[in-house]
Amino acid sequence: MEMFWFWSVAVVMALYAILDGFDFGAGILHLFVARTDAERRQVLAAIGPWWDGNEVWLLAGGGVLFLAFPKVLAASFSGFYLAMFLVIWCLLLRGISIEFRSHLGDGLWRAFWDGVFALASAFMPVLLGAALGNVVRGVPLDGSGFFNIPLFTHWDVQNPVGILDWYTVLMGLFVLAALACHGALYLAWKTDGPVRHRSRTAALRLWTAVVGLALAATIATARVNPDLYARLPHAPLAWVGLALYVGGLGVALAGLRLERDLLAFAGSSAFILGILVATAACVWPVMLRSTLDPRFSLDALNASAGPYALRAGMRWWIVAFVLALGYFAFLGRVHRGKVQAGDYGHE
Amino acid sequence: MDGLLFWHRLQFGFTATFHYLFPQLTMGLALVIVLLKGLALWKQEPRFHTAARFWIRIFGLTFAVGVVTGIPLEFQFGTNWARFSRDAGGVVGQTLAMEGMFAFFLESTFLGLLVFGERKLGERMHALAAVALFLGSWLSGYFIVATNAFMQHPVGYQAVGGALQLSSFAAFVFNPWALVQYAHTMTGAVVTGAFVVAAVGAFWTLQGLHPGQARLNLRLGVALGLVASLAAAFPTGDQQGKLVARHQPVALAAMEGRWHSGPYAEVNLIGQPDVRNQRLENPVPLPGILSFIAYGSFSSDVRGLDAFPPDQWPTNIELLYYGFHIMVGLGTLFIALMGLSALLLWRGILDHARPVLWCLMLAFPFPFIANSAGWMVAELGRQPWLVFGLLRTADGTSHLVHPGQTIFTALGFAGLYLVLGLLYLFLVSREVAHGPKE
Repeated sequence: MEMFWFWSVAVVMALYAILDGFDFGAGILHLFVARTDAERRQVLAAIGPWWDGNEVWLLAGGGVLFLAFPKVLAASFSGFYLAMFLVIWCLLLRGISIEFRSHLGDGLWRAFWDGVFALASAFMPVLLGAALGNVVRGVPLDGSGFFNIPLFTHWDVQNPVGILDWYTVLMGLFVLAALACHGALYLAWKTDGPVRHRSRTAALRLWTAVVGLALAATIATARVNPDLYARLPHAPLAWVGLALYVGGLGVALAGLRLERDLLAFAGSSAFILGILVATAACVWPVMLRSTLDPRFSLDALNASAGPYALRAGMRWWIVAFVLALGYFAFLGRVHRGKVQAGDYGHE
Repeated sequence: MDGLLFWHRLQFGFTATFHYLFPQLTMGLALVIVLLKGLALWKQEPRFHTAARFWIRIFGLTFAVGVVTGIPLEFQFGTNWARFSRDAGGVVGQTLAMEGMFAFFLESTFLGLLVFGERKLGERMHALAAVALFLGSWLSGYFIVATNAFMQHPVGYQAVGGALQLSSFAAFVFNPWALVQYAHTMTGAVVTGAFVVAAVGAFWTLQGLHPGQARLNLRLGVALGLVASLAAAFPTGDQQGKLVARHQPVALAAMEGRWHSGPYAEVNLIGQPDVRNQRLENPVPLPGILSFIAYGSFSSDVRGLDAFPPDQWPTNIELLYYGFHIMVGLGTLFIALMGLSALLLWRGILDHARPVLWCLMLAFPFPFIANSAGWMVAELGRQPWLVFGLLRTADGTSHLVHPGQTIFTALGFAGLYLVLGLLYLFLVSREVAHGPKE
């Protein structure tokens, strides 16, 4: 039962990264790949019907954590207090910039919200990567089940740690590049004309950066949390994750070269899924690693809600999950094919 | 109250109050839009589509602000109320997760289709998208109210080693408190929606603009407003009052500023609670009414605060008292205004009754105030408990987060929400000034 919920968290977060990831990427890049107002609206039309639903996966992930692992939610949300509010403010600014932009035709008004949208979109992946970095590195959980760390201390991975250090920032940059590339591939698939052309060029350049940063992150992780790789031989799912990770990167490049845009985007999605599956398989059952003493770590077994709640939740959760996938399939059908610039926006 | 608890409460209270200004309007407007789309399909008159299109634009804008101000609340359970999340998450995590999975996905999928998909979808499918959004937003409301109902009147749980665990899913989700509170909350939301629709109709009528649309909105707003204002008082408000009397008698005593127990308990129209001297200044009492509201008989004994140990008294009796009186007072005025407007409408002279139109136009902010005051009554009346009778508010905070962090984020929200509120008002007033696109 705990394993079901542990993997639910992992799968929902992977879906979140893949789905909201492409609109973060599109948000980061739209200042560069779309230059006129018509081109900007083309980008917005490509992500407009999706971004709100994509973001719901983050709330769904939080909901699953709350339902199944309340102690993990309580410890991590209060422990990363300031970073959590940076996430909240980014999501807030992104949401209003995409909505408010289209209400006025004025050039300055639109340029302002385009800038807000790009900055908030760029900041989110850095925070998500740093979050992943913190999970891998661990936090100073003591026996109380709580901790609280500042945004940064001495930028090193030794205690007293901060949310940001060289490792978590590296992870942040890695995720930033990965999601920017992911968004570029999405735009290449969903748009045409100059926007598609520029998105493809951007994706090619970003792909190189992603591979470089992926290598750096892999090596750094071995130094920060050696236990993680030690678990590899015992975690068959981690090998599946690694295969998706490496294979996805390859497929993304092949798709780009062959001008098969959907294939390239699928490769990038598999790559993101692979990172999270491999990480989850290696850390199981630990959800929040303690840097003080492994006994203080919060894991899927010692931090879960009561058995009745887990069973009751599973019944409705499976139904809701299938329903949610159904909505996304429906949206995909309605918005299939390349976007037309007039599809989104008021004017 | 120590500094940390104060800042946690201030931040949550502020962000929740600001947030709820928007969903109460979207939930009310969702019903208005469904009604308009239904009328359009039934009567086959384009004026209903025109009106629906106007309100969908306002809905989209309001919904966006509602979403972005709602996200902080979901996060703050963990960031600011970590010990509450740890101890009660095994129960309330269910409804909060259900809200995301059942309501948010539905809303986010169909919002885009409703706002931008009219041409793509065709008439019937577009009406269905409106229904889906209505369902999504009203479901969302239910899950939140059910979560709150557990905090007001915990059922379906067992205590295991300090933490609360779910023991009956059905008892928890269909908490009798939730059903009553939901009915009352939703009628409140419809009151807001109806007053806004009526105000816009009155504004255009007074200006002599868009005569057809002005008449339509005025009629719809007044009809819906009268029904909802009545339902907010009776049966939903009445039932809610009886629940509070039965399960939170100490909150009822504080709501009325009642220090001493006794029969023929009065409702005070006005008066200022003096907590230090335990009395009400300048009271204008209506004897027996509180007894009647709470227990159905004028002579019933209603306990005052003296019947309870002071450590169980609500922590802010003054604000609770005013919240209750503002809610009830405004609710009474709503019935009077909508009753008068409906009477003039029935006589066919509302369109020329300029003083009444002025009142309708200027009345739209007050349902927002009444709804906020109502939530204050619910949440301040629950104090000093986070989960009534089980977990004290002071024991639910994130104790390791220090005031420097909470003040930082509270100030951040104050600034962001000020800008957000101004931008929202600016954009909505532009839409109202532009009027419907006929």
